[in-house]
Amino acid sequence: MHPLVLNKHDLVSVGDAIGNVVLEGKHPRGWWIGFLAGFAMLQVLAISVAWLFYMGVGIWGINVPVAWGFAIINFVWWIGIGHAGTLISAILLLLHQKWRTSINRFSEAMTIFAVMCAGVFPLIHMGRPWFFYWLYPFPNIAGVYPQFRSPLTWDVFAVTTYFTVSLVFWYIGLVPDLAALRDQAQKKWQRILYGLLALGWRGSAIHWRRYEKVYLLLGGLSTPLVLSVHTVVSFDFAVSIVPLWHATIFPPFFVAGAIFSGFAMVVALAIPIRHWYKLEDFFTDHHMDVMAKVMLATGFLVTYGYFSEVWMAWYGHSLYEWGTTIERIFGPYGWSYWCLIFFNCGIPLTLLWSKKVRRSEFWLEVCCISILIGMWFERYVIVITLSRDQVPSSWGRYNPTIWDYATMVGSLGLFFFLFFLFIRYLPMISITEMRELLPKKQGGGGGHSIMENAP
Amino acid sequence: MNVDIPTIVPMVDTTVVPHGPDPDAPKPFAVLAGFATADDLVVATRKAVAAGYTRLDTHTPYPVAETADAIGYPKSEMGAVMLIGGLTGAFAGFFMQYWNNAYGYSLNIGGRPYMSWPSFVPIAFEMMVLTAALSGFFGLMALCGLPRLNHPLFNSTAFDRFSRDQFFLSIEAVDPKYDSAATLAFAATLNPVSVEEVME
Repeated sequence: MHPLVLNKHDLVSVGDAIGNVVLEGKHPRGWWIGFLAGFAMLQVLAISVAWLFYMGVGIWGINVPVAWGFAIINFVWWIGIGHAGTLISAILLLLHQKWRTSINRFSEAMTIFAVMCAGVFPLIHMGRPWFFYWLYPFPNIAGVYPQFRSPLTWDVFAVTTYFTVSLVFWYIGLVPDLAALRDQAQKKWQRILYGLLALGWRGSAIHWRRYEKVYLLLGGLSTPLVLSVHTVVSFDFAVSIVPLWHATIFPPFFVAGAIFSGFAMVVALAIPIRHWYKLEDFFTDHHMDVMAKVMLATGFLVTYGYFSEVWMAWYGHSLYEWGTTIERIFGPYGWSYWCLIFFNCGIPLTLLWSKKVRRSEFWLEVCCISILIGMWFERYVIVITLSRDQVPSSWGRYNPTIWDYATMVGSLGLFFFLFFLFIRYLPMISITEMRELLPKKQGGGGGHSIMENAP
Repeated sequence: MNVDIPTIVPMVDTTVVPHGPDPDAPKPFAVLAGFATADDLVVATRKAVAAGYTRLDTHTPYPVAETADAIGYPKSEMGAVMLIGGLTGAFAGFFMQYWNNAYGYSLNIGGRPYMSWPSFVPIAFEMMVLTAALSGFFGLMALCGLPRLNHPLFNSTAFDRFSRDQFFLSIEAVDPKYDSAATLAFAATLNPVSVEEVME
C-alpha cells in the first residue's frame, strides 16, 4: 500500500500547502511562461475567429467531400480530453479509489476548459454562428425546430449537459475549500471574493450530510453521462453509412480513446505543475504510476479498436469497407494512419510497461504527448476517409490552410489561458478531501475518503 | 441665618430605568465550543445529546458523519429531490421531442415514423441527467439555507478555525434547555480547547 500523502502533514499544513499557492500569489517562472504563452495563443484564436466571421468558412480547407475538417477533428479531440476529468471524479469515486483525491479538482477544471474549447469548433463551423440558438427548441413564429432524430442535435444536448453537470460537480466540490480559503485569507479582496463564492458555508453537520449525498449522486449521474457523451459523439459518424464509420465498435472505441487522451493530458499537465508548486507530497510518483497503468490499459482497448476495424472490413467481405481500409492505410493519406499507429500504439504501449518509465517524469511526459498527438491523428484519419468516395468523380483532397492551424493553436491557447488562471485563483487540489485522507493522529478522518459514508 | 432649603424631590423619577430587556442588547445565539480532534467532538456531541440538549450543530473541516448521527439528523432527502428532478426532466425531454417531431413540426425523413421513440432516448437521458444535477445543486442550497452571506457564528473570531484545524460544537439559544451560564459551564466540562457565547 503506497501512502497517498507523503511526509508528516496535518490539517494546517495541508491547508497551507494548497491554499497558499492561491492566497500568496507568488508564482514560479513556469506559471508565467505557461500563462503568457496561453495568452498569446488566445490572441491567435481571436484573430482567426474574427477573420472567419468576416470571410466565412471558405478560409478553411474544407470542401465538398470533406465538409468537416479540422473543426470536427478538434471538437472530438477536445471532448475526449475532457473525459478524464469526469472519469477521475465520478467513476473512481464510485470505485472508492482514494488516489483520485489528489487529481480530481485539477482534472475537473481541465474537463470544463476542454469542453469549452470543444464547443468553440461546432459553433464557428456553422457559418452563421449568430444563429446558434436555432439548435435548441425554443418557441418561435418561424416554426423552426431541431430535428431530434439527428445525432448532431443529440450532440448539442449531450455537450451542453456535460458542460453544465461538470460545472455543478466541480463547484459543489469547491465550496468547502472556498470556505477554507475565506477563513485563511489575509487580504481583504480575497476575503470578499472567496467569501462570496463560498456561499456562507460553515461546515454544519446537516449540510455535510446533504452535501455528501449530492456529491455521491452527482458521481453516479456523471458516470453514465461521460460514457453517453462520447457515445453520442461517435454516433455523429456511426449513424452515417460511410464505410468504416458505420460500425458498432465506434461508441466503446471512442470512449476508450477519450479516456486514453484525457489521462494523457492530466498527467502531461500535472508533471510540470507539481514540480513548480512543490506539490510532490500530494501528487506522488505512485499517482503517476497508477495513471500510466490506466493509459496502458486504455491504449490496448484503442489498439483493439484499430485491429477490429481492419478485421471487420476484411472478414465482412464488404468490398467498400475493404477498399476504404486499403485506401486509409496505403492511400494518399496513409502517412497519417502510420502516425496514428506510431504515436498511439508504438510509443506508449512499448514504454509504459516499464515501471522506470511510469515513474520517470521525462519519459512519462514523452508518452503523454505522444498519446495526445496520436489521438489527434486518430480523428484526422477518420475524417480524411471522406476524401475518397465510392465514385471517382467525387474524389477530392483535403488540405488544411493556415487558418485551420491558427484556430487549432488558438484553442490550445484558450485552454492554457483558462487553466493557468484556475491554478492562480482556485485551489488545485481539494483541501477538504486531502484532510480527510490524513491519518487520525494527524487530525484527519482516518483515511476514509470523502463520500464513503453518505447516508 | 440658617434657612433650611428643602431638597426638591421630583414627583416623577426621570432617571432611565430599563423596563424589561433592552431590545438593542445583543442576544445570545449559541455556545460555541472548539475541539482539537474529530474524536473529541464526537464524544462531546454524544454527551451534549445525553445531557438533553436538542438544538445542536457541529462545524467541521470535513464531514464527520458520527456527529450527524449523534444529533439524530435523518437520512438526507437529497436522493428524493434528485430523483424527482431527474424523472421530471426525462419525461419533459421525451415529451418535447415527441410533440415537436410528431405534431408541432413534423418532418418526414426517409419515411420514418414521426414517433420514432428510440431516437428520442439520448436527449431524454441527457435531460434527465441535467435536471437531476441542477435540482441536486439548487435543492442543496435551498434545504441548507445557502447562500447565506452572514450568520451569527461568523461573529466569533475563533469560528474561522472550523475550516482550518478545529472542530466546533454549537448549542443554540433556541434550545429549551439553554441558559447562558449553565450551558457555558456544561460546555466547559466537555474538554474543549475554547468556549464562548456567540451573540446574534
